[in-house]
Amino acid sequence: MIYAFLIAPFADFEFMRRALVGTLALALGAGPVGVFLMLRRMSLMGDAMSHAILPGAAVGFLLAGLNLFAMTAGGLVAGFVVAVLAGLVARATELKEDASLAAFFLLSLALGVTIVSMRGTNIDLLHFLFGSVLALDNQTLVLIAAIASLSLVVLALIWRPLVLECVDPNFLRSVSRAGAPAHIAFLALVVMNLVGGFHALGTLLAVGLMMLPAAVARFWARDISAMILVAIATGIASGYAGLLLSFHAGLPAGPAVILTAGGLYVGSIVFGRVGGLARRLVPRRHLEA
Amino acid sequence: MPRLLTCALLALLGLGGPAVAQDRIKVVASFSILADLVSNVGGDRIEVAVLVGRNGDSHVFEPTPADSRRVAEARLVFVNGLGFEGWLDRLAQASGSKAPVVVASAGVRPRAGEADETRLDRRAGVDPHAWQSIANVKRYVANIRDALIKVDPAGNGNYAANAGAYLAKLGALDQEVRSTLAGIPADRRRVITSHDAFGYFADAYAIEFLAPEGLSTDAEPSARAVARIIRRIRSERIPALFLENVVDPRLLQQIARETGVRIGGTLYSDALTGPDGPAPSYIDMMRHNAGALAAALAD
Repeated sequence: MIYAFLIAPFADFEFMRRALVGTLALALGAGPVGVFLMLRRMSLMGDAMSHAILPGAAVGFLLAGLNLFAMTAGGLVAGFVVAVLAGLVARATELKEDASLAAFFLLSLALGVTIVSMRGTNIDLLHFLFGSVLALDNQTLVLIAAIASLSLVVLALIWRPLVLECVDPNFLRSVSRAGAPAHIAFLALVVMNLVGGFHALGTLLAVGLMMLPAAVARFWARDISAMILVAIATGIASGYAGLLLSFHAGLPAGPAVILTAGGLYVGSIVFGRVGGLARRLVPRRHLEA
Repeated sequence: MPRLLTCALLALLGLGGPAVAQDRIKVVASFSILADLVSNVGGDRIEVAVLVGRNGDSHVFEPTPADSRRVAEARLVFVNGLGFEGWLDRLAQASGSKAPVVVASAGVRPRAGEADETRLDRRAGVDPHAWQSIANVKRYVANIRDALIKVDPAGNGNYAANAGAYLAKLGALDQEVRSTLAGIPADRRRVITSHDAFGYFADAYAIEFLAPEGLSTDAEPSARAVARIIRRIRSERIPALFLENVVDPRLLQQIARETGVRIGGTLYSDALTGPDGPAPSYIDMMRHNAGALAAALAD
């Protein structure tokens, strides 16, 4: 009975196993990135980037058709250009990073729509370009897994400057010049995870599995390493439970995963150990010496 | 070079082109299949502009300003109806068009969509893909003829003659499709497609179609719907699976990999292909679909 409910869907159907592996890899890569984005108050960057990569993905699609490699490469280039330009402008001028990102992604989106219209196709490219978690082929799985692995390695390499920049950017600037390269590398990770996620799983899943687990983690841990572990665990749990929900209740797969993560988020708001509502309303007695 | 310039200028002013072009009646058809029918009936007397072009998906169409202009300039707007072009009312209103909207499917007996448990709202809805039955398209042609005669009574004889000739072709096509499909044994008359576009075809020609996506392509399928299709392929040994030109093929390719069912090719449901493709006109499309089905389902 429990087996039939929890395990059989994955044992019987290959597409379910592939979907599970895909969400797992995405959770591994995107979870930590999401935590850093949240700590740097750039939580909405994911949404902005989904528009920013459109021209690149569109050019890739128009040149090579529905070819994962071309579309991903195009999206990566467009996303990376936007992210780096936004980062450079934020560092070189008075404009804050969110504002310059908004400016560049709008530019990029307008360019993308123009390219698509000049080609004269009326199809909604966003609808067409972005994949579905139920249709992961080998190529796509390898892409997501590679991105996840690369993300973890790069995060380990730039860990110290990245954490310092979240906590005390001025101190980092005074002791080291690793800040700027680390920042650029981090932006590259964001773009990579999003672009891979978009093509493989669709915008909703890619952005959702990046930001919602991070928001959940904020309620359960105080230090960054613990937060990242909670975020990864949340992402994996949402992927598994969401796919089961889609299988048994007949909900569309992507939204089901994100709704599960959203449910965990709402639960964390109420019951979270760090700053959850229940904790605030029912304060513990202070330790008495 | 100066001569070229003059030509270009003349063309720009509309002087260089054939004089007839100006007298032609401008009409708009919502999608490529309907445009093909309309131009077959209207012949030289009309100029057909199409909104959702070849290989385009009408379910998720977004109009551009150029489309709006075409609608505004048109004397008649042809739509399929049956809820197929949900975006058209807003477009017609926004463009300020005074043109009457002709529902080509008027008088066709609508087919209720499969009661679709996979959709959250469970609305059965009406299946808009009525053109997949040639008998229905004969009705379309009659409606188009009547509408054209109404705005252009002078062309009465022309339209009636064109429609008559085209109806005769459709009759022959119907016979041809039936005889093409006649050889398929009863237990192999089942295929998988991307979305539920072939209900009328199924009713008319006794082939069963199963699809993970509903009547429209805009909803994401659920894992349950996909699992159900895979179970049916396994238990009923469905012989073939067909891709569609307007739908992302990746999901069906995954189903094919998982079940080992053969991909029989591409069926054309909601849009024609370009002139070099296998379905540049309605008649070619029906002929291609029947041929592909017969080839994949014969033992």
